[in-house]
Amino acid sequence: MNLTLLFLLHHSRAMFSKGTKRKFSDGGEELPEEGLPGSNEELSSVSYSLQRQSLLDMSLIKLQLCHMLVEPNLCRSVLIANTVRQIQEEMTHDGSWQAATMMEAFAAASAAGSGAAGPPERLVATEVLCRPGREMNGSPTAEPKLFSVMGYEECREEEVVAVEEDSICSEAASNVCLSGSMGHCWERGMLRGERELDSRLGAPDEDVDVEEEDEEEEDDNELEGCREEGEAKAMRQVFGTFEIKNSHPGPESALEELFSDVDASYYDLDTMLTGMQAAPKIGPYDLLDSLSQSHTPSSLSSASNCRSDLNELDHIMEIIVGS
Amino acid sequence: MKCFSRYLPYLFRPPNTILSSSCHTEADIISTVEFNSTGELLATGDKGGRVVVFQREQESKNQPHRRGEYNVYSTFQSHEPEFDYLKSLEIEEKINKIRWLPQQNAAYFLLSTNDKTVKLWKISERDKRPEGYNLKDEDGRIRDPNTITSLRVPVLRPMDLMVEATPRRVFSNAHTYHINSISINSDYETYMSTDDLRINLWNLEITNRSFNVVDIKPANMEELTEVITAAEFHPNHCNTFVYSSSKGSIRMCDMRAAALCDNHSKFFEEPEDPSNRSFFSEIISSISDVKFSHSGRYLMTRDYLTVKVWDLNMESKPLETYQVHDYLRSKLCSLYENDCIFDKFECVWNGSDSVIMTGSYNNFFRMFDRNTKRDVTLEASRENSKPRAILKPRKVCVGGKRRKDEISVDSLDFSKKILHTAWHPSENIIAVAATNNLYIFQDKVN
Repeated sequence: MNLTLLFLLHHSRAMFSKGTKRKFSDGGEELPEEGLPGSNEELSSVSYSLQRQSLLDMSLIKLQLCHMLVEPNLCRSVLIANTVRQIQEEMTHDGSWQAATMMEAFAAASAAGSGAAGPPERLVATEVLCRPGREMNGSPTAEPKLFSVMGYEECREEEVVAVEEDSICSEAASNVCLSGSMGHCWERGMLRGERELDSRLGAPDEDVDVEEEDEEEEDDNELEGCREEGEAKAMRQVFGTFEIKNSHPGPESALEELFSDVDASYYDLDTMLTGMQAAPKIGPYDLLDSLSQSHTPSSLSSASNCRSDLNELDHIMEIIVGS
Repeated sequence: MKCFSRYLPYLFRPPNTILSSSCHTEADIISTVEFNSTGELLATGDKGGRVVVFQREQESKNQPHRRGEYNVYSTFQSHEPEFDYLKSLEIEEKINKIRWLPQQNAAYFLLSTNDKTVKLWKISERDKRPEGYNLKDEDGRIRDPNTITSLRVPVLRPMDLMVEATPRRVFSNAHTYHINSISINSDYETYMSTDDLRINLWNLEITNRSFNVVDIKPANMEELTEVITAAEFHPNHCNTFVYSSSKGSIRMCDMRAAALCDNHSKFFEEPEDPSNRSFFSEIISSISDVKFSHSGRYLMTRDYLTVKVWDLNMESKPLETYQVHDYLRSKLCSLYENDCIFDKFECVWNGSDSVIMTGSYNNFFRMFDRNTKRDVTLEASRENSKPRAILKPRKVCVGGKRRKDEISVDSLDFSKKILHTAWHPSENIIAVAATNNLYIFQDKVN
């Protein structure tokens, strides 16, 4: 074996890789902890729910890409799907928690200091009235299960059951996809106080009826509602990605549905597609920066952005699918 | 081992990649590394389906510094890309795992697996050739019986040493999902192969039948929330095996209890720390590798940020937890975005179970001394590892001020990851696979 030769070859490649090395999400970590003024809970909760929303969108896209593969990496797909379920649960929980605050838990919330209901930033317009009664009945039965896993401690098996309401009462689930209030931390040290409050309040909320709050939020932004509705649809589809050769609608139609609803413009599809090899071009906090700049985040503006990006996305997807 | 940094680095690459071009392809990426039970041989598998076996040089008196160098012994194509016409899907040739069988005669045997098929390979030497057959001529053609008039006794003639690899058994059609582990039982007659949802038990002699010992596939796949990530037999108890899951738990099963081990006999899981809870908690607790200690007393598991040592007699929490790269905890969102969070790092024990080793990013790998609680970060790199130079410990800087020689978290290269490592069964020799390079480091010889 010729060691000298080896070193030569490696050396040249080493130079190359140095030149192309990318930095990894510069300075991102400052944002969550000290970047936000502690007094301004509204701001932090908005940023939290935005982060959560962007995480959800990212996860849905990842799942959809898994879905296009004949044989995806099952472990990865399952972990992403569980993440989506977890976010979904938390969003569901947020909504009920708000209703509870209004009805009975104002005192508890103010005692805890940081909590008072977050801005109804992305509350969902519902179609309570147009839903079939059967599905409406489905939601209250699903709710307690959802709350029972909110502690996450022993959520192994129950979680499975709780989040499978997709199949039973999917419409109901889509309607309780609320966000905008405080939730659990998604990054250590961030909003910790609020999370503690949240989990403390979690238990008493179990018996809250979702329908009540649905009515209260009914007049909210319609676009939002459609979007959430669509996400729930996408979720129903992506949860089915595990079965090899399953009988879901073809990738094209599924894609169309997904991308008309999820704002993919924030994501570097290339990064996600190339997966392991690619160094991240944009960190999540860059995403958030862009989110906060456009200010009317992910609602009106994203809906229109989304349309304009659709052509490009379609093109990318064509390449991926190979059509 | 007192000082981890006293390693003599050697650098090897699979020979074909040297010959082909200076620019490596996807197929050259090493996907598994494994020493045999004596440490005399080291096998690597790559994404191109090749297996390269290295053999350790015999010690020679006139060249003492060459002691322990590994040279290429045999290279063969273990798996080819295939196409499953029934499911209309391609089966990659990538070698997921290699396991050596204990040596029982002059030949060596190993199991290699890709996503679907396990193969038993025999690697044997030949330095003699039989000549003078009665029924065949020198080229192997059958002779016309009428021309055979006399009886000859074939003789063995010496020839150049040749190492042959021949497939002896092919174990196929038993896995619907991707095989992530194979493990040879201590009875040396059986082995198990594990995919995402099932574990099958095989006899090494029988290829057309296997027994399903674990099946966690739910009737409705939409209810699937957990997969099997790795499995291994106990080193001494042939009835015992463990498997790890994507939810961070380890189940130990006793095959004497029932044919189908759906009910575990032990369940190892650490309660989640509420202060560290996040959306990524489950993903980072997913176990990527599980290994019994050589003694059989302990288990080691690797998850995304830590490596844990478990006592088989304590299921409630690990005995020891070592942070591999805790500085990534604040980067989880980015690592999720670029999919690095799903990387499957493996972990290994040293020969005496006192030191454990596992990989990280930026071509770094970590060692933890269980007795002294000291740990070290080393780098497998061409620039820093001149032959016979001593590896310097590396440090990742977490805070604001970066000292000289330290590397900041933000400049780590996440495309350079060390997933696969191996430790010689009795000596302080380690093999580290860094993309298409194999590094073999040796404890300094005085």
